[in-house]
Amino acid sequence: MRRLSWFNATSLTIGFAFLYLPMVILVIYSFNESKLVTVWAGFSTKWYGELFRNEAFLDAAWVTLRVALISSTLATVLGTAAAYVLVRGGKFFGKTLFSGMIYAPLVMPDVILGLSLLLLFIAVGLDRGMLTIILAHTTFSMCYVAVVVSSRLVSFDRSLEEAALDLGCTAWDAFRSVTLPIIAPAVISGWLLGFTLSLDDLVIASFASGPSSTTLPIKIFSAVRLGVSPEINALSSILIGFVTIGVITFSITTKRAVVRRRREENAT
Amino acid sequence: MKRAALILLPYSWLIALFLVPFLIVIKISLSDIALAIPPYTPNLDLSAGWQGIKDFVSQLDFDNFKFLTTDDLYWKAYLSSLKIASISTFAALCVAYPLAYGMARAPDEWRPTLMMLVILPFWSSFLIRVYSWKAILANEGLLNQLLIAIRVIDEPLQILNTPTAVYIGIVYTYLPFMVLPLYSALEKLDASLLEAAEDLGCTRFQAFWLVTFPLSRNGIIAGCFLVFIPVMGEFVIPALLGGSQTLMIGKVLWEEFFSNRDWPVASAVAVILLLLLVIPIVLFQRNEEKQREAEG
Amino acid sequence: MAETKPIPQEGTFAPWTDPQAVPLIRFKNVTKRFGAFTAIDDLTLDIYPQEFFALLGPSGCGKTTMMRMLAGFETPSEGTIEIDGRDMAHVPPNQRAVNMMFQSYALFPHLSVYDNIAFGLKRSDMPKAEIPDRVQEMLRLTRLEQFAKRKPHQISGGQRQRVALARSLAKAPALLLLDEPLGALDKKLREETQFELMDIQEKTGTTFVIVTHDQEEAMTVASRVAVMDAGRIVQVDTPPAIYETPNTVYVADFIGDVNLIEGTATATGEYAYDVSFAAGADPIHVTECEADIADGSHVTFAIRPEKILVTREQPDDRANAVEGTIIDIGYLGNLSTYHVELPGGQMVKATMTNSSRISRRDYSWEDKVWLSFRASAGVVLTE
Repeated sequence: MRRLSWFNATSLTIGFAFLYLPMVILVIYSFNESKLVTVWAGFSTKWYGELFRNEAFLDAAWVTLRVALISSTLATVLGTAAAYVLVRGGKFFGKTLFSGMIYAPLVMPDVILGLSLLLLFIAVGLDRGMLTIILAHTTFSMCYVAVVVSSRLVSFDRSLEEAALDLGCTAWDAFRSVTLPIIAPAVISGWLLGFTLSLDDLVIASFASGPSSTTLPIKIFSAVRLGVSPEINALSSILIGFVTIGVITFSITTKRAVVRRRREENAT
Repeated sequence: MKRAALILLPYSWLIALFLVPFLIVIKISLSDIALAIPPYTPNLDLSAGWQGIKDFVSQLDFDNFKFLTTDDLYWKAYLSSLKIASISTFAALCVAYPLAYGMARAPDEWRPTLMMLVILPFWSSFLIRVYSWKAILANEGLLNQLLIAIRVIDEPLQILNTPTAVYIGIVYTYLPFMVLPLYSALEKLDASLLEAAEDLGCTRFQAFWLVTFPLSRNGIIAGCFLVFIPVMGEFVIPALLGGSQTLMIGKVLWEEFFSNRDWPVASAVAVILLLLLVIPIVLFQRNEEKQREAEG
Repeated sequence: MAETKPIPQEGTFAPWTDPQAVPLIRFKNVTKRFGAFTAIDDLTLDIYPQEFFALLGPSGCGKTTMMRMLAGFETPSEGTIEIDGRDMAHVPPNQRAVNMMFQSYALFPHLSVYDNIAFGLKRSDMPKAEIPDRVQEMLRLTRLEQFAKRKPHQISGGQRQRVALARSLAKAPALLLLDEPLGALDKKLREETQFELMDIQEKTGTTFVIVTHDQEEAMTVASRVAVMDAGRIVQVDTPPAIYETPNTVYVADFIGDVNLIEGTATATGEYAYDVSFAAGADPIHVTECEADIADGSHVTFAIRPEKILVTREQPDDRANAVEGTIIDIGYLGNLSTYHVELPGGQMVKATMTNSSRISRRDYSWEDKVWLSFRASAGVVLTE
């Protein structure tokens, strides 16, 4: 029933314009004919063509994708275990230290995390490459997964698990057949979060990568440090497109699921 | 047994890849630079047994930290980070509050969409979002073109490569972190409280100032910490938008490490940065706990 | 047994019977629409100073909308609302001598009990020095002296209710609006608080308008009750009149327990009718009926269960008596309700007080009993 006042309508318009205009401009200028990004010289898709002929970018993209897939999957397993231990594990030795180590990476500046991991890899003599980036990304992604999953675990009714145990499940059975399906949305969002964080990360990857393996953000960073380039605009537009489609699909499917569940609940 | 395995797996991972590296940083910050590989000394020599450890400990010192106080570059970088983080946090609050307020007052059926619109940029690349401002803020960029076209200025303003560009970049990229806690605080606000205030003689503005604002305090605090803490260690934004004249501690650390290859000093800078952040982090945690208690 | 209409007497508070009395609130042909939905439909109503007026009805009947229009949170789509002779159309809520006690209490969670009560005073033209005295007075009135420094979440539900009352009374409004004021309290506390409310209303002399869906609450506290349905007022009267002489089936059914027997009316004299409800059964004899009913029209006879006497033998001193079979007995402690089936299949409820202990039960299931009532015990309703 409520309608927006002019004040609220204005602040929403200005706020969202601020959030979206720079990206819209970036996408528009990726179709610019001119090499100069600030002067419009007609519509062209030539920078997309250039981009797909640039093997350095393609290689970096492939490395990044593999790193993100592997590290986010590892992080999801470790993070879900960590969340379960934190919320349901009862007391154990060093629990405070454990929860501290889960939360600290979330607030610690990337430069410090990256530096410390690099020093570790050097100390143990591990050659820097894809493996070290995966290790680094898994470490901070698992903390995000753990926080997302544990907030879901905290809010769900413990008696559901107890009912499963009461009906003859072993602890593992109860986790697999009751707990996991209920926390599944959180586990999936945790994975997605880890995946995008890994795709996005520049600072930690810069510390953890070696000359043999460069990720896309590192490549982009070294290119844009010098100035604006239409090729990067094209690459950015592709990434923005992927994310937009992904997030919208995800939110529509979850919304559908919620609506369906509500309808089923109403029907009974 | 299974429980032990479940605990041990994430626990040992975090010890190996978070705690141990962090201890190494502290250790190296107490070591001396050396022209060697790795470029610092001493190295822990366990083959020498107890004597080796003793020798190792006796060679550690606080010289790097003393060095940080002698060169005013570091002081300036810390202070400048503090200043940039404070100003941009406040600026982000000023931009985010009307937006969050508008969202909380929007019709119910719009709100999930508005929420998604705020979160969406958060999922797309941070680097790209910072980069997108480069073309806008440059001397021949779109903002200057626009300002000249509408005759506000005659010649282009130097915005890129100044602290102003850094402020804009920070407010832009960290805005969702500020909007979300504000929105969740404002959305919870019972509309009948505002009606009660009006009923008791307040004007709309008084009702906002006496009821809405104090009741969104927790959201304001949470949002400010969520912006302030990561901005203190920010590297990408000053590196891309700030130019050479913007000093921030994250950038100094990066350059110490990659350009000067002075690992002990870089580690000392990291330790100090973390010590500076401990206070706001602890305050933030306490605020969150208090809020959780109040709600629980 | 039941008086049919309250007769105005000297010294009784009944300004609505006095043509000289000036109403405090006048609704004149007020209509309120929300989009296509009509919440209030052409409503006219007067409320007098010092009344305790109840708006009673099921949820969605428009009672809350009426209250919100009085407070100034909604404006009528058509018609006018006058308070103290002044058209309120363009007066915002913060400039009305009207205060509201919210259903959720709407206590400011960041302010103490004291500051909540002082909130309105600080925004009035009351000199700063007098505010503490006024707050103390309100704390005393609502027995909250020792809780002044607490925050709303540190006190009980009943105390919160009293803070909300104190806050809305602090500015000494000409009119106090109470939106389901006791809805959040449990039954025992609610009953106590009802009397407290009446007491405070009497002490302060403020006009109270209360919105409630609880008919017992309305009957207990109010000087007059307006029963609402779908945006219209069906009946406005004193609680006894509403109960004993409802003007429609809706009101009879909404207030208390009632037997509704449909039948055909035949006039038998002045204010007297016979209602035949089943073939072969004796018609019900009714007297003191004020409605003017054409012979043969379809009517509903309404009678309260406690007006029906249950006996084993046929009584000879009652105008109406009919034999039936007990189908069910509901034992409520102080009362028992008998569900009796009449020969035509009509079910009738009759309530008897349990004046003796249960050890010797008078009636049991399947027993044949006589139901009897006086000719003036029920009413004939045409709509």
